[in-house]
Amino acid sequence: MGDASRIQSDVNRFRQIVRGKVREELRRHLGHQEMIGRHGKSIVSIPIPHLDQPRFVHDPGGKSVSQGEGQAGEGPGAGNDPGRHLLQAEFTIEELATMLGEALELPRIQPKGRDEIESRGGRYTGINIVGPESLRHFKRSYRQALRRMISTGTYDPDRPSVTLTRGDRRYRTWKPRALPRANAVIVYVMDVSGSMGADQKELVRIESFWLDTWIRSHYQGVRSVYIVHDATAKEVDRDTFFRVRESGGTVISSAYELCHRIIQERFSPAEWNLYLFHFSDGENYSRQDTEKCLEMLRDRLLPGLNLFGYGQVESYGTSGDFYEALQARFTGNEAVALSRIPDRDAIVDSIKTLLSTGR
Amino acid sequence: MQIPLPKELIQAQGVAEAHATSFGLTFFRVAFEMVDYQQMNALAAYAGFPTRYPHYRFGMEYQQMSKSYEYGLHKIYEMVINNNPTYAYLLEGNSILDNKLVMAHVYGHADFFLNNMYFAHTNRKMIDEMANHATRIRRYQERYGVERVERFIDASLAIDDLIDPGAVFLPERGPATEKQDAPPEASVARMPAKSYMDRYVNPPAYLEQQKRRLEDESRSALRFPPRPERDVMRFIMDHAPLENWERDILSIIREEAYYFLPQRQTKVMNEGWASYWHSKIMTERMLDDSEIVDYADHHSGTMATSPGRLNPYKLGLELFRDIERRWDRGQFGPDWDSCESMADRANWDRKLGLGREKIFAARRVHCDATFLDEFLTPEFCQEQKLFVSREEPKSKRQVVSSREFDEVKQALLLQFTNGGRPVVEITDANFANRGELYLVHRHVGVDLRWDWAQETLTQLNLLWRRPVRLESLRGNKLVRIGNDGKSIAEETLMQYPTKAAG
Repeated sequence: MGDASRIQSDVNRFRQIVRGKVREELRRHLGHQEMIGRHGKSIVSIPIPHLDQPRFVHDPGGKSVSQGEGQAGEGPGAGNDPGRHLLQAEFTIEELATMLGEALELPRIQPKGRDEIESRGGRYTGINIVGPESLRHFKRSYRQALRRMISTGTYDPDRPSVTLTRGDRRYRTWKPRALPRANAVIVYVMDVSGSMGADQKELVRIESFWLDTWIRSHYQGVRSVYIVHDATAKEVDRDTFFRVRESGGTVISSAYELCHRIIQERFSPAEWNLYLFHFSDGENYSRQDTEKCLEMLRDRLLPGLNLFGYGQVESYGTSGDFYEALQARFTGNEAVALSRIPDRDAIVDSIKTLLSTGR
Repeated sequence: MQIPLPKELIQAQGVAEAHATSFGLTFFRVAFEMVDYQQMNALAAYAGFPTRYPHYRFGMEYQQMSKSYEYGLHKIYEMVINNNPTYAYLLEGNSILDNKLVMAHVYGHADFFLNNMYFAHTNRKMIDEMANHATRIRRYQERYGVERVERFIDASLAIDDLIDPGAVFLPERGPATEKQDAPPEASVARMPAKSYMDRYVNPPAYLEQQKRRLEDESRSALRFPPRPERDVMRFIMDHAPLENWERDILSIIREEAYYFLPQRQTKVMNEGWASYWHSKIMTERMLDDSEIVDYADHHSGTMATSPGRLNPYKLGLELFRDIERRWDRGQFGPDWDSCESMADRANWDRKLGLGREKIFAARRVHCDATFLDEFLTPEFCQEQKLFVSREEPKSKRQVVSSREFDEVKQALLLQFTNGGRPVVEITDANFANRGELYLVHRHVGVDLRWDWAQETLTQLNLLWRRPVRLESLRGNKLVRIGNDGKSIAEETLMQYPTKAAG
């Protein structure tokens, strides 16, 4: 049965369709957490429902016949119907980022001008007259020999034999190339004060996944820093960032201070593209502190940052004014992007707002 | 790449075939092929046919199957194709014993394919026919584009079970386009009577009623189709404004649907029959002492039952054995039916020995629905611990709702009648005098799955190219949904008093 290629072409066609479907509906899916399946190193799997063949079928309402023990009214043991398998489409982070960019019409990020940062990278493009034998260029060497023999008149077209001498040998060499090496750091800051509930954190998690995906696709090495704050700030790992539940008040300046310190110590703005995303419900502890934050941003943080993004996650019954404060101060500043995320459906637009600066 | 059958299995095939023949099984020549698990999964995705037409759905099936094979969730042991010769695939890497068992099992299937009357109409050169279908569909893909063809196949598949299972026993009809004669001028016959008696002999009210009946009749004769049409595929093929290639694809899908139909109709019997014979051949003839434990392990794995899932192998096997036992002992007929003494019934044995003959007859004339209807007994139901389960609305857990024979039987029959699918017929192809297609769901106590029904209507609309409507019961309402290609509208035609719970 030589059907390996046959089935493979059907499989490929299926994958193609699935990709198309995901792409088409990406905008709709963006706000939903199911999009972000378990992601391994660089593969994201996205569950896709609804590729069933629709037909007229009965809706048995959970009624069925089977064999086994059990009295009426009792459960016959765990119903082990495995349920419908969700199909998984697998994408690399790069593909996902491209799709995101297409769906939201995002401008590509222009890394800050650090093209001169040279990293060693090279390709075998040159030819040299010395080199290791392993790199000898056979064709070029013989061509050289032929050229020499013709010019010295020792070449006999009737007996076309070419003899190589030491001087004819040519070797491949590599030329160093200056590769722009742009490194980026993304600092995520999240307010975990009492007023941020699980739903709000979920929003942050989804949104930061997409921000991360997009930015990562533009740089080779991206580092992430996670900071949570209530009245005080601390750096945590990714897992903790999304799970930690603190309570208490909100002093945003504490986070900005920590952020500033981390940047100073570890990531010099001269070498890194710096991104700072801050998610909060916008209820700061005091007006003075808000003022302090604005000043810190203006004087100490913004000069080094590619982008400062602020997402105000609005929870029920709260009305933070940090958004307004930022807006009043920084409207027109290219390095600042502000958005509100009241619910899941707003995530798409928020992502677009935060990333449409192209910085 | 073909993997040669090991010598031992070639021998085993000869032995199994000889035993099968000696038991009275008859079959087309059986050709076994050894395949690796990837090929097996591919074949399974193509429903056994290596030459199936190209479609992404097969790729989807394959991918799912490969995944679940790799995770160790399932393994396909055997596959057998109703064809002449009957093709059967063995999985490379299975133990020799497993493959011997599969061979014995396959001879059961092969006999069933040849002898069960529901298979009588099937094309026994289906492998070739499928290859032809594939060639035609490839050609259309090249000419009209892969996506267009795919979309049309999808739409056709949505109605591929709207065919008429009874039609295979009737001579093929000509195209149903023949116009019927206009009904003769309707007139109501009057009884002769004297003028003063006329009012009493021919009451005006009665005359009026007769007149209306005649008018109704003549109107229904003008209706098209004149009788409700179950073969929706055929009707659409004949009467929808399709292009030739579309009509051809529809005919391909329909042909395959009729080919696969008996396999859906006889799942329990077919597997039961094959299991009966593998068990008989293996335990009575082929096994040696060293193999018996492994055989029993495999066999009981195949027969395993679990709550919420009916095992057709188990049910079919036990039912055939029960029939054999009953007819051997004469537990049938009026005497048996009227006997009420439990002791007598338990020891009832007329030593008739008709069992073997009876199961051979049963496998010839029954499909699952009639088989269960005929042979399911309260004793069997109890012995096999059959029960109906339903979902507890609150906890979403499955609970046993009944072990009563009547309820079990009713639920089983529902599950197997028409392959468990709803009956949906075309009653009018010119609804509202606007060329709209009107379908009616024959409700048998279970509602349609509504979201799928709407999807299906969308596909039907693609085929019919005019609005399509479906009438069905939903809860206690008689509703009609319509799809005009742009939107779906639902209207309630009638509201019944609330159904009693249950």
